[in-house]
Amino acid sequence: MKKTYKIEVDCANCADKMEQAAKKTKGVKDASVNFMMLKMKVEFEEWADPAAIMPKVRENCKKVEDDCEVFL
Amino acid sequence: MRWLEGLSKKQRTNLQRIIAAALLLLIIAWLPLTGLPRFFAYAVPYLLVGYDVLYKAWKGILNRQPLDENLLMAIATLGAMSLAIYEDGDYTEGIAVMLFYQIGELFQSCAVSKSRRDITALMDIRPDYANIEGADGQLEQVDPEEVTTGSLIIVQPGEKIPLDGVITAGKSTLNTAALTGESLPREVSEGEEVISGSVNLTGLLKIRTTKEFDESTASKILALVSEASSRKSKSEAFITRFARAYTPAVVSAAAVLALIPPLANLGLGETGDWGTWLYRALVFLVISCPCALVISIPLTFFAGLGGASRAGILVKGSNYLEALAEVDTVVFDKTGTLTKGIFEVTAVHPQTLDRQELLHLAAHVERYSKHPIAASLRAAYPHEADDCRVEAIQEIAGQGIKAQVNGHTVHLGNSKLMAAIGADWHKCSQHLTGTTLHLALDGEYEGHVVISDVLKPTAKEAIKALQACGIKETVMLTGDSKAVAEKVAGELGISRVYSELLPAGKVAQVEAILENKKKSHQKGKVAFTGDGINDAPVLSRADIGIAMGALGSDAAIEAADVVLMDDEPLKISQAIRLSRRTLAIVRENTWGAIGIKLLFLLLGALGLSGMWGAIFADVGVTVIAVLNATRALMVPGNTCKTAFSET
Repeated sequence: MKKTYKIEVDCANCADKMEQAAKKTKGVKDASVNFMMLKMKVEFEEWADPAAIMPKVRENCKKVEDDCEVFL
Repeated sequence: MRWLEGLSKKQRTNLQRIIAAALLLLIIAWLPLTGLPRFFAYAVPYLLVGYDVLYKAWKGILNRQPLDENLLMAIATLGAMSLAIYEDGDYTEGIAVMLFYQIGELFQSCAVSKSRRDITALMDIRPDYANIEGADGQLEQVDPEEVTTGSLIIVQPGEKIPLDGVITAGKSTLNTAALTGESLPREVSEGEEVISGSVNLTGLLKIRTTKEFDESTASKILALVSEASSRKSKSEAFITRFARAYTPAVVSAAAVLALIPPLANLGLGETGDWGTWLYRALVFLVISCPCALVISIPLTFFAGLGGASRAGILVKGSNYLEALAEVDTVVFDKTGTLTKGIFEVTAVHPQTLDRQELLHLAAHVERYSKHPIAASLRAAYPHEADDCRVEAIQEIAGQGIKAQVNGHTVHLGNSKLMAAIGADWHKCSQHLTGTTLHLALDGEYEGHVVISDVLKPTAKEAIKALQACGIKETVMLTGDSKAVAEKVAGELGISRVYSELLPAGKVAQVEAILENKKKSHQKGKVAFTGDGINDAPVLSRADIGIAMGALGSDAAIEAADVVLMDDEPLKISQAIRLSRRTLAIVRENTWGAIGIKLLFLLLGALGLSGMWGAIFADVGVTVIAVLNATRALMVPGNTCKTAFSET
């Protein structure tokens, strides 16, 4: 399943970091951050429940970049 | 201070920090402080302007993040500060580096959010609500997502049409500028289809929706545009790779610069001169930040895509923008692309009857037919619905149609029909291309009407504009007969024609062109332009598929890489120009930024450039590159200016 979330982030490099962090989260098959549109597209694993995974993704993003937000 | 209003809260705080730190720096410079008090005095503006960078750098180390700009800036400025402690007590440089770094960051963030706003404003076609008439006749505003297909909605003047549909009552003019880039309002009335995203200008419209919100044009276009900047171009991939290698390389070079020359000097029995070399190494670190590149390339593509959509040209990704710039062969589908795709009566040649009378009879016979030819006859004789009696209509397969009009037998059809009823017909003397319909009244030949597809008024100009843009070859594919195809191609100045093709034959032709290019090692890309009807496979097979007038045709939007919102053939050269300009800006930014950085690295290593030069190479280049990137938002015209284009 794929879902798109609105994000808040300052720089292109930080957006890249968020993308990497989201990708490494368990239950996330693939993630891509569109810095220009401020959107994060997340593809979940078959078994994963987005509602349970996304807070994890947000936490991992926050860890690598303080000034970011993922709107769930 | 109007420009301040556009800043976000964070940007405003950062601006205040920068101003405060700069003022403090000026004040401290006047104070007669020495030694430790001097250090602490200078530490205040330094921390004020740089605390977040230091904090992020520290967190980066804790989280074992790879090198990033925060860490580089932290090392460089802390290094400069500590050098100042034991050397000359000049702390301004370290602080200035941090100060300018922050100014650059602020500027960059403002520029990005401004172009983001500009571009989303251009694409401001998302409808917020739909009006539904309640039981008491009062209008009720509902979320357009909740409106089901087939519902009746009301659109007042000044409102956006929320969903695609058909007008059931009302008459108005629509502004479709945000969708098609066409500034001329469009007149609509009952029975016509309207698309979401256009703005109702004058009259109240009642619309029966034909699509759900997610399937409606406005939603599709928005999805397409926001998706577009996610598809990375080769240039972007190159920059990401370059940035990944560049930063570690410069940092290692800085380490070498700080250690090797002093050690070598010591080995030669001279003084190490550690301070000088450490300073040069720090200069390296300041220059090493790849921000200018990392931000400006995607920003340029983003602005280019935005500018294109403003002109009614939807490019589905940065990669397609890049490919479009390399096009040197444009293949056209004839019908609907170069021609209007609507049949019109182009000639009426009566024998004894009056011109109008002949048309009149022809239109009557076709009164109830759904065939496009019938429609064009009725369009040519608009008073068809008079009180004449039309009866006993009988279709004769492969030949034509027979009917009784006011008691007279009328035959309308091809030469076979005329021969069958023994009418004394003759060929059209003017050898016009198109379909010739012969008419016989009570068995007597009365003349013929020629119906043909007409060229779009700008088709010729469009081909010329493409040739002026350096397109080497224009090719036309059509299912029409050879005679028609060659006549059209000759009129337009198209170099190659392939006629009498079935849809599968078009794919094969495009494949042959691609194959040919590959064999002769030509680099230019092949674009195919079609109207999306029957040519979706060709659209996806060409290097670049350009769908034209594709609003409403889902298959075409799906298969094409570039979607022209209206059916104006001049937009093709405009799209190519726009992509080339964007790519030119990308090249300027890439090589300009890399060049300046390398130059200052060299100057820094030789000791010819100090911290100030390094600040320019970092922040200055970023600012210039970002400003240059926003140029891509401007839309060029559709004609290339070449020496011979005037003739």
